[in-house]
Amino acid sequence: MGVQKDANTASAVNASRPADAPASRWTASNEQLERYSRHIILKEIGVKGQKKLLNAKVLIIGAGGLGAPAAMYLAAAGVGTIGIADADEVDLSNLQRQIIHSTEDLGKAKVLSAKETMNRMNPDVQVNTYRTFVSAENIMDLIRDYDFIIDGTDNFPAKFLINDACVMAGKPFSHAGIIRFKGQLMTYVPGEGPCYRCVFKNPPPKDAVPTCKQAGVIGAMGGVIGSLQAMEAIKYITGVGDLLTGYLLTFDAIKMDFRKIRLPKADGSCAVCGTHPTITELIDYEQTECGGI
Amino acid sequence: MAEFQVDESVDITDVVCPVTFVKAKVALEELEDGQILSIHLNEGEPVQNVPRSIKEEGHQVLKLIDNKDGTFDLIVRKVE
Repeated sequence: MGVQKDANTASAVNASRPADAPASRWTASNEQLERYSRHIILKEIGVKGQKKLLNAKVLIIGAGGLGAPAAMYLAAAGVGTIGIADADEVDLSNLQRQIIHSTEDLGKAKVLSAKETMNRMNPDVQVNTYRTFVSAENIMDLIRDYDFIIDGTDNFPAKFLINDACVMAGKPFSHAGIIRFKGQLMTYVPGEGPCYRCVFKNPPPKDAVPTCKQAGVIGAMGGVIGSLQAMEAIKYITGVGDLLTGYLLTFDAIKMDFRKIRLPKADGSCAVCGTHPTITELIDYEQTECGGI
Repeated sequence: MAEFQVDESVDITDVVCPVTFVKAKVALEELEDGQILSIHLNEGEPVQNVPRSIKEEGHQVLKLIDNKDGTFDLIVRKVE
């Protein structure tokens, strides 16, 4: 079953347009020059980098604590096409950290609330909304048209599903998770380092890890880690600098301590990205929320 | 200006900082290595800052011509 962009949101305006439509969004107007001037001034970005951003397509899975800042920074940066997938509505308990939503958005679909904020911020950006949970059934359709995926989900089954789907589809993605005062992220690029499953093998047993609801999370942690995910996407798109491929970056806000941990190299034994994968079909693990958003 | 074969020119007198430099940079990015751009710019902040920013990008400033009407022409060779 294919995934349909939401027809009940303003994205329907663009729904008839193929996602791979020519995206020459660079007009070199004085308005664009001014809007993106701080990027264009950077020697590493310049006009070429800004054009790449405007022509890029990023999918954000989860419009929550991580997805909110990631979506806002990518929209502000002029990433030309941003997909956002989430099945939930905005709840009062979200607003302590999910800064893309406001009190007036309570009860509204998160993807719609997110789209409205992003479009207010930057009308250059086409936002595609997918009001759905990702599943083994729909994820390949969801990620197909995108250049880079951001995992902003709050549960282990989704994180393993996103990893496995991105490995199978040959898509780069940024993994992240946050809980209490801690956060972590890593980046997978096909052929350039270990995947999430190389590092974590399998989801933890149900109830072994407390959920965000149970354990709590400091709101600004989503801002720190989600912004770093946006940074990874921007660097991947523009080809600037070094990505967190082969590394796990952890942040402990209590100690104000960042650690960049080198991960073991992908040795070919991984069940999904290895030379003889044993996982060849996507798995819907039993749903348990984890140290996510 | 006879000593330079100007390949392209850009007028940045209609914009203010930082778009002055941005507009010049956009014009330079369209050129090939070694080609020459003439930038028409205002006195004051633009003429103080744009030549320095262009040098910092690694391009070669060949000449600054005072037009005696409150504007200048900055002649730059693109260096990849």
